[in-house]
Amino acid sequence: MRFPRKNEPLMKLTHLDRLEAESIHIMREVVAEAQNPVMLYSIGKDSAVMLHLAKKAFYPSPPPFSLLHVDTTWKFRDMYALRQKSADDAGMELLVWHNEEAKERGINPFDHGPLHTDMWKTQGLKQALDHYGFDAAFGGARRDEEKSRAKERIFSFRTASHGWDPKNQRPELWNVYNAKKAKGESIRVFPLSNWTELDIWQYIMAENIEIVPLYFSAPRPTFEYEGGLFMVDDAERLERVLGKLPEITERSVRFRTLGCWPLTGAVESEATTLAEVVQEMLLTTTSERQGRVIDKDEGGAGMEKKKQEGYF
Amino acid sequence: MSQHPAYETDALIAEDIEAYLAQHQNKDLLRFITCGSVDDGKSTLIGRLLYDSKMIFEDQLAALESDSKRVGTQGADIDFALLVDGLAAEREQGITIDVAYRFFATEKRKFIVADCPGHEQYTRNMVTGASTADLAVILVDARKGVLVQTRRHSFLCHQLGIRNLVLAVNKMDLVGYDQAVFDAIVADYAAFAESIGIESFTALPISGFRGDNITAAPSAETPWYSGPSLIEHLETVPLANEAAQERSFRMPVQWVNRPNLDFRGFSGLIASGTVKPGDPVRIVPSGKTSTVKSVVTFGGELEKGVAGQSVTITLADEVDCSRGDVIAAADDPPQASDQFEATLVWLSDEAMKPGRGYWLKLATQTVTATVQEPKYEINVNDPAGVGSHLASKALHLNAIGVVEVHTERPVVFEPYSGSRTLGGFILIDKLTNATVAAGMLHFSLRRADNVHWQPVSTTREQHAAIKNQKPLVLWFTGLSGSGKSTIANAVEERLAHMNRHTFLLDGDNVRHCLNKDLGFTEADRIENIRRVGEVARLMTDAGLIVLTAFISPFRAERELVRSMMATGEFVEIFVDTPLEVAEARDVKGLYKKAREGQLKNFTGIDSPYEAPETPEIRVNTVDMTVDEAADYIVSRILPLR
Repeated sequence: MRFPRKNEPLMKLTHLDRLEAESIHIMREVVAEAQNPVMLYSIGKDSAVMLHLAKKAFYPSPPPFSLLHVDTTWKFRDMYALRQKSADDAGMELLVWHNEEAKERGINPFDHGPLHTDMWKTQGLKQALDHYGFDAAFGGARRDEEKSRAKERIFSFRTASHGWDPKNQRPELWNVYNAKKAKGESIRVFPLSNWTELDIWQYIMAENIEIVPLYFSAPRPTFEYEGGLFMVDDAERLERVLGKLPEITERSVRFRTLGCWPLTGAVESEATTLAEVVQEMLLTTTSERQGRVIDKDEGGAGMEKKKQEGYF
Repeated sequence: MSQHPAYETDALIAEDIEAYLAQHQNKDLLRFITCGSVDDGKSTLIGRLLYDSKMIFEDQLAALESDSKRVGTQGADIDFALLVDGLAAEREQGITIDVAYRFFATEKRKFIVADCPGHEQYTRNMVTGASTADLAVILVDARKGVLVQTRRHSFLCHQLGIRNLVLAVNKMDLVGYDQAVFDAIVADYAAFAESIGIESFTALPISGFRGDNITAAPSAETPWYSGPSLIEHLETVPLANEAAQERSFRMPVQWVNRPNLDFRGFSGLIASGTVKPGDPVRIVPSGKTSTVKSVVTFGGELEKGVAGQSVTITLADEVDCSRGDVIAAADDPPQASDQFEATLVWLSDEAMKPGRGYWLKLATQTVTATVQEPKYEINVNDPAGVGSHLASKALHLNAIGVVEVHTERPVVFEPYSGSRTLGGFILIDKLTNATVAAGMLHFSLRRADNVHWQPVSTTREQHAAIKNQKPLVLWFTGLSGSGKSTIANAVEERLAHMNRHTFLLDGDNVRHCLNKDLGFTEADRIENIRRVGEVARLMTDAGLIVLTAFISPFRAERELVRSMMATGEFVEIFVDTPLEVAEARDVKGLYKKAREGQLKNFTGIDSPYEAPETPEIRVNTVDMTVDEAADYIVSRILPLR
């Protein structure tokens, strides 16, 4: 063992430095050990950070896997606009999956409630993974988002039917990840597990990462629906589904999280810069997923139940 | 509910967000775990930390309030445990099943907390939480004191290399904030901690429920407490993160980066040390050397990469290097071996099978490994003897044991005590792919290098090297009844726990066999000692540490034996017990017989005892207990190499 060399001060690594190094290490382990990995890309800010980290992990090579978007056809137009651009910038192939059955049966968020998420996202994801034979899928979930996520491993093992058994998770020691699995089984990998919402925003600022403009406030056409405030992203479609247009008011709004536009609550805001968005987040008194309808189903165990059924 | 205000949201957020962000861009990161027995209040404490650091939002608080009324265990008050018990089964049963990771930050640090289950069957999850932690908060219920689970978790934390331990005596509100209760628990824990080798810990009296000594100290209820609050301690405890930069460079290669024919880089997370262009490096295990050409990252080439960074290194030469290899400082590379001694924590319902092939994954290396029958199992269940050793044929779920591990090809490693990255490994069942064990390497058993030796050419140095020890004769001398055999036994037991190869020659036992032709005349007593000396010498030639327990009353014979041994290998230990004391003990009734004239030539009565003038070690059995004497002797003969 050598003693410290003279005149070499220790270099301090910040929490963001350490989180970045950990995420990159995780991605490289997956690429080294999985046969056919893919990165699930939902176009939100967490996906943006995850994609940026992938570019860093494999530079100067492009990330050696594809991006997969399990689409519901109900995402914001701004999201679709950024989707292809991000893939192109990273030099990656973009795969988009639509659940044909959901499309044929006209499953939509207004008429079908929780079935919309189940058919388009949960079933759609399983179909896509099976179709392409992916054995490892990166997801941008963070442990600070939700109670059952807080207990999930970084390498989360799924049965051949994509089920998650929370009571029988593999122990995860140090940063030694067990990526072994039988044929047909797969692993969901969460490189952002240890990031918090504030970390994500700080990193977006520090690294100048492009995100969907919907995160910033702007005057947007909105309507109230079942106690929530939503944006009219496609008036024609809204009218078709609801039978008539609801009362539309222009408000200065933004989104704390992005999903299907009829399911993603808008918040009234004046934050037009990253710093202002972070400021609003720090001063806010409600949690991030509050704007999303998905967690409130099935009492407190909504997300856990969805995950057991194969949702990401 | 707390007499101290919770963390206020920083005024700077509203006034000058840019300044606030600049200030918070450069925090460091502390990972810690909370553990302890069921119902010691772990989840409540974490709920409290989140609440006090404003990590709980209004909607979560509203949900929490309604949940508390519905299924809470705190009556009309908020049940913080419901915040962290995230799985449906946990909320139903009111217990914590799996490690929950929680996040909060103060002005100084960001924290990642692993809340670890207290139930025995979930020890494996506790090990998961402890493996990445810099610090452990061990919770104790002030009403219950130190429990088996407290000892077990402390022991596991210590085994996993956590050197910062905090003993949080919780629920002080339920014992009237009584200092005597706190002091008694701390003293009880200190005795246990010392017995398993924990060098230091920090003790705090707290109430997670009422908030005492969590954010500020002392609370009004504990004016007698002069230490920091829990948060203050967590914010200021020194981190080992940067210290890793001071050690020699090591980077396990994860992935070879070949975007085109002109670029070949080796990607990995730097485990220790620093790396700069021009540094000479060695690829282990091949031993090939090269020079670092560049340290590549997405943000540009680095002047210097340091421990904790993920980088891609290019080398000046076309050397063979792939996943599993370790790029290391050329002048101080790690070793590779295919036989190790290791501590295993068994994590699977299916017991260990000696001889079965498992996947062993260490850093980026994956090889087939077999595990031998355990040398011993470490007791983590018996309340009285946590840390003591048990005989074992195989390890079962949650058992900890010391084993020999053989790998099909050499593995690059360092002892776990020096490197979690190169000393920590997992075992994977080849059929079920389950992670069945966590392992911590101690050292290489260099047998692989030694099998080619001819027995005739094996020197005493080689014998000693195989046993990884320095041969010694620990010669205990003293009156009959002074405690020689008892202390020698206690010393041998300690050496065995340290994996030393020993043999104890006891006076009475030798006289039953080897020296059964000898009596107790002066001539026979001299011959007795001469023969014992010869046997001891042969045993040191074989590399053993020999312990002898003979009265050996004559200075000359002891000097004779000393002259037979290699320099420095004879350690005379005078078990100094005054005749009156030894005679009063009279364990075997011999003094009585001698006084009554039934026994002739009895040392101290009608035969002289010549006390050593300058023994290497002297133990006074009047003032020292057997264990103290044994510990003292072991401390004097270390390091045994």
